[in-house]
Amino acid sequence: MRPVQVRAEVLSRKRLGAYHLVTLVAPGIGDTARPGQFVAVAVGGARTGLLLRRAFAIHTATPAGMYGGTVQFAVDVHGAGTAWIAELRQGDAVDVVGPLGTPFRLPARPVAAVLVGGGYGSAPLFPLAEALRARDCRVDVLLGAATAERIFAEMELKRASTSLRVTTDDGSAGHTGRVTDLLPAAIEKAKAGVVYACGPMAMLRACAEIADSYGIVCQVAVEESMACGIGVCMTCVLPIIGDDQVTRMARSCVEGPVFAADRVRWADLGTVPVDALGAGSIELTAGAT
Amino acid sequence: MAAEPSGTAEPAQVSVDMTTDLGSFRAANPIFTASGTAASGRELNQFFDVAALGGVVTKSVMMRPRAGRPTPRMAETPAGMLNSIGLQGPGIDAFCDHDLPWLVERGAKAVVSIAGGHVEDYRMLAHRLRDAPGVAMVEVNISCPNVEDRGQVFACDPWEASRVIRAVRGELAGKMPLFAKLSPDVTDIVEIAKACVDAGADGLSMINTLLGMSIDTTAMRPALAGITGGLSGPAIRPVAVRCVWQVHRAMPYIPILGMGGIMTGLDALEFILAGASAVSVGTAVFHDPSAPIRVLGELREALAERGFSRVSDAVGHAHRPPDPAPVPAPAVVAEPAVVEEADAEAAGELAADIADGDALADAELTDSDDAARSGGRT
Repeated sequence: MRPVQVRAEVLSRKRLGAYHLVTLVAPGIGDTARPGQFVAVAVGGARTGLLLRRAFAIHTATPAGMYGGTVQFAVDVHGAGTAWIAELRQGDAVDVVGPLGTPFRLPARPVAAVLVGGGYGSAPLFPLAEALRARDCRVDVLLGAATAERIFAEMELKRASTSLRVTTDDGSAGHTGRVTDLLPAAIEKAKAGVVYACGPMAMLRACAEIADSYGIVCQVAVEESMACGIGVCMTCVLPIIGDDQVTRMARSCVEGPVFAADRVRWADLGTVPVDALGAGSIELTAGAT
Repeated sequence: MAAEPSGTAEPAQVSVDMTTDLGSFRAANPIFTASGTAASGRELNQFFDVAALGGVVTKSVMMRPRAGRPTPRMAETPAGMLNSIGLQGPGIDAFCDHDLPWLVERGAKAVVSIAGGHVEDYRMLAHRLRDAPGVAMVEVNISCPNVEDRGQVFACDPWEASRVIRAVRGELAGKMPLFAKLSPDVTDIVEIAKACVDAGADGLSMINTLLGMSIDTTAMRPALAGITGGLSGPAIRPVAVRCVWQVHRAMPYIPILGMGGIMTGLDALEFILAGASAVSVGTAVFHDPSAPIRVLGELREALAERGFSRVSDAVGHAHRPPDPAPVPAPAVVAEPAVVEEADAEAAGELAADIADGDALADAELTDSDDAARSGGRT
């Protein structure tokens, strides 16, 4: 579905642990949004000097109804733009574009799935869990974060899943350690056929490697910094292997954010691999003017 | 009942002739996309009809596919951004097979930006485009700061710049207009502009990004993987307006495609008044994907409000000689309307305000008509 640009209205904005949960009345976005897609929000108001949109994975979306269609997303404040969002009040206007990007692909037949979320990367896993359950899939969820207050959407995911476990780096909730520590056992117990993951790159890479060691499918939703969210600026690229086995610098906003994990050149993130299409002929002296 | 302005305050949908000439290319209106901020039009077409613009300036295309620079490629800066993409693109073959036909099919006017590392690259690109159907104009990007030479070789040296332009002109012959895209990172932009015009450029696109840099104070390293990048957005607008002004002053009959931080119709008007015949809306698209079509509407309204019936009359209008001492407008004495006593005073003030406003509008109309005549533009 093609994205739309709408002047949305803030229905609510509330603190949730370390995050802010924002609900917008955004007609036309909630109607077509699928799990894994995101919205791009203009920040700072009418006369802002902050030009770049902020991208957020859609947590929940409702079609047009009592509120004319809503989208909900989680915000982690770490700069002027997200701080502006954290001060929004009910009734404020926000310019938002969506739904953007590729959704998680769903299995055609029922299959056990393990969902792994890092921090507020669990936001898009909630609608995914519901979609999987609607297809009679077993859904086991693993949530990890640095601290308990950085675990997001635990209650909703608990309702939408067969089982849910939490890990924190500091032991303030659940198992002490990394979320990926629990992944092998979860795959074995559920006899899982697919792993879905959203969170920091290092976590995604670990999930990809574990899934690969079990010979099962893994889909990841990446977090790359974006400027436009609609595919024109070319800043959010990462090396992706195509169907033709050729590596290209693919845009995570249009070709992603959901990628098949075995198509991501994990060891080469942040670089342009020398065998990527169009690499090599240039810039062995990057920045050396 | 209080007196109401009798329709004069309504924003009348005044028709303004928006056509503008860029060499032999007559554009339907003066709003274009900017190279590198609109890909080849498809993505923005989700938000508005790109064929409604004067033209779509494509991302610079090169002879071969190019992967560009590593990430991070972008850093937000005050009222702007740095980018260090490094001309990632599919190459001329894929462009001619997929992107150009799409634009032609949509009815959009394609302004193809070309870039290369050597004069021969530019010549071969021009050769490919010469017979490609549907190219309205070629913009020669000699000033990208994200290539090996940081745009130093061609954009900063009048001799090197003219070598590129001459090679492209030779291939294109007179088939389509050729604009040279200039860098502001030079001591004297007029000198480079003149060299390009002498070498056969029909017009000039100004400005490319400024070379900039930002350091991440947490990591304590450069924010961009490419270390330096191109600065764009409203932060550079005054630099861009200055460049357009200087070059228009030196060569008033050379058309300029102006760009640099245009967010609104008034920003576009600023460039046109400085001497641009048309403008590109670039970084604004990242903030508002509908920006080009919005700016077009705002510009039309701004021109109408100032009494222009043709955008071409506004081109370079800020260069006109100082206005003569204002002739005092004859005071229009408003007929006192039949009003209730309590409102009489307020209504009187309102009437005076309206009278003032009308007198002002008349004076502006007169000015612009004079300027249009003395400017000799047709």
